[in-house]
Amino acid sequence: MPKTPNITRRRLLGAIAVAPLLGPAMGQAQQARPASRAIPSSGEALPLVGLGSWITFNVGEDRAARDASAEVMRAFFQAGGRLIDSSPMYGSAQDVIGYGLKKIGRPGDLFAADKVWISTGAEGRAQIEQSRRLWGIPRFDLVQVHNLLSWQGHLPTLFAMKAAGQLRYVGITTSHGRRHGEMAQIMASQPLDFAQLTYNLIDREVEQRLLPLARERGIAVIVNRPFQQGALIRRLERHPLPPWAAEIDCTSWAQFALKFIISHPAVTCAIPATTRVDHVRENLVAASGRLPDQAVRARMAAWVARF
Amino acid sequence: MSEWWTYGPRDLLMFSAQTYYRLFERYNIELWPLQLLALALGATVLVLWRRGGNGAGRAITLILALSWLWVAWAFHWQRYASINLAAGYFALAFAVQALLLLWLGVVKNRLKPAPATRLPQRAGLGLLIFALLIFPLIGPLLGRSWTQAELFGMAPDPTVLATLGVLLFAGARPAWWLFPIPVAWCVISGVTLWTMESPDFAIAPLAALLAVLFAASGVLMYAWSGRSRG
Repeated sequence: MPKTPNITRRRLLGAIAVAPLLGPAMGQAQQARPASRAIPSSGEALPLVGLGSWITFNVGEDRAARDASAEVMRAFFQAGGRLIDSSPMYGSAQDVIGYGLKKIGRPGDLFAADKVWISTGAEGRAQIEQSRRLWGIPRFDLVQVHNLLSWQGHLPTLFAMKAAGQLRYVGITTSHGRRHGEMAQIMASQPLDFAQLTYNLIDREVEQRLLPLARERGIAVIVNRPFQQGALIRRLERHPLPPWAAEIDCTSWAQFALKFIISHPAVTCAIPATTRVDHVRENLVAASGRLPDQAVRARMAAWVARF
Repeated sequence: MSEWWTYGPRDLLMFSAQTYYRLFERYNIELWPLQLLALALGATVLVLWRRGGNGAGRAITLILALSWLWVAWAFHWQRYASINLAAGYFALAFAVQALLLLWLGVVKNRLKPAPATRLPQRAGLGLLIFALLIFPLIGPLLGRSWTQAELFGMAPDPTVLATLGVLLFAGARPAWWLFPIPVAWCVISGVTLWTMESPDFAIAPLAALLAVLFAASGVLMYAWSGRSRG
């Protein structure tokens, strides 16, 4: 049977408290806010859907495209999103995020997640500072070692920065299913807050080891490439949604794909990237409504495997 | 990047096709009417080839060298670098090619226009005309905006293809040092367009392959005719 999303107590109480004051329309809008899941190391709640920036926000100096990115961010925050993820490897994406935050006004509950991606640990602090300036924020909430690059050098820096209050969480990332053995080793041995990895209806290797390990070690999980960079959705959209998708409140394949990911109990947040306001809203809706249970998740994966 | 060799081209593409072609659009709009000068320079290359004579080779390679330098600076360094972390290296490679053209073409006078009587020279002339006149039309014919047209002297691909055409002038003694960077660029450009699923992705790599084959065939033909005469 589908299960109710894991709405945090604080958010639920908040919604109940303010609903009578806001009238029916706003009350309904409040109900559609994305569900959250707690970061294990702190208990802080994060909406189950965030916003990635790979490719989509790398628009260079193109003013019109920068404004369009800002509108995507505005729609994301209005729909209840918090976590935006980027990296120095993403070209102009950090600068474009900074532009957007300045243009629309930085929300107080923004969860700024970035990465360090440089070959030596000694250069890590300078790169993080450069990234912070591009975002135009006082500090990052989360800094991750991008693709495990020089993680031995960077993790001590990140833990020291966390201890000094210069960031709140430390993580590592991988993508495309690479280096899972080393990822598991680091997750098992280091006091990480977050691990970011690739997981979707097709790429499910992390179910075997990394996701159970994250639960066991109390590590929050961010999921990248939820749509295989769009390829998965393009493939699925040639077919109609299964009739039973309505039972888990799915109206699109994107929601189908996202609900599969965020219904895994080890997953804290999926970060689809998009250039479209309607898509960002649709993505966040996936985090509200019913989520599939284990039996329905198995059915979802089997259904997609037929295509 | 760790294990970079395990990444496919599509994993490394860091911008969308829309962003890539918007780059040309904004470039063309910002620099208008410089395109007219670029077209005039392209026409000058054709006229110089037709007229031949002393100094024509030097003048042609000077125009090409300046075009490579301009593309290195105005396109790769100032614009493409904003969306592609590798564009700084492309700018460097284009600047090196400009210096090679100046050295071998202008100083050493190695690229003298030859009459288009043999196959390599005819192919070179065809490639030059294609780069100057046909290539800019490909994008619009495929449904992209006219403002995104890629012109010789402004955009890398037609500049590189025109250069490969000119390199086929040399006949028996191709300036092989001038081939690696244009050929490498054609491969990079082809892979980039392929990852963006642009239907014209094969044009530059195919042109490079043909240019190398015709240059090699030119060497063989001259060698064969020399043996026959001997």
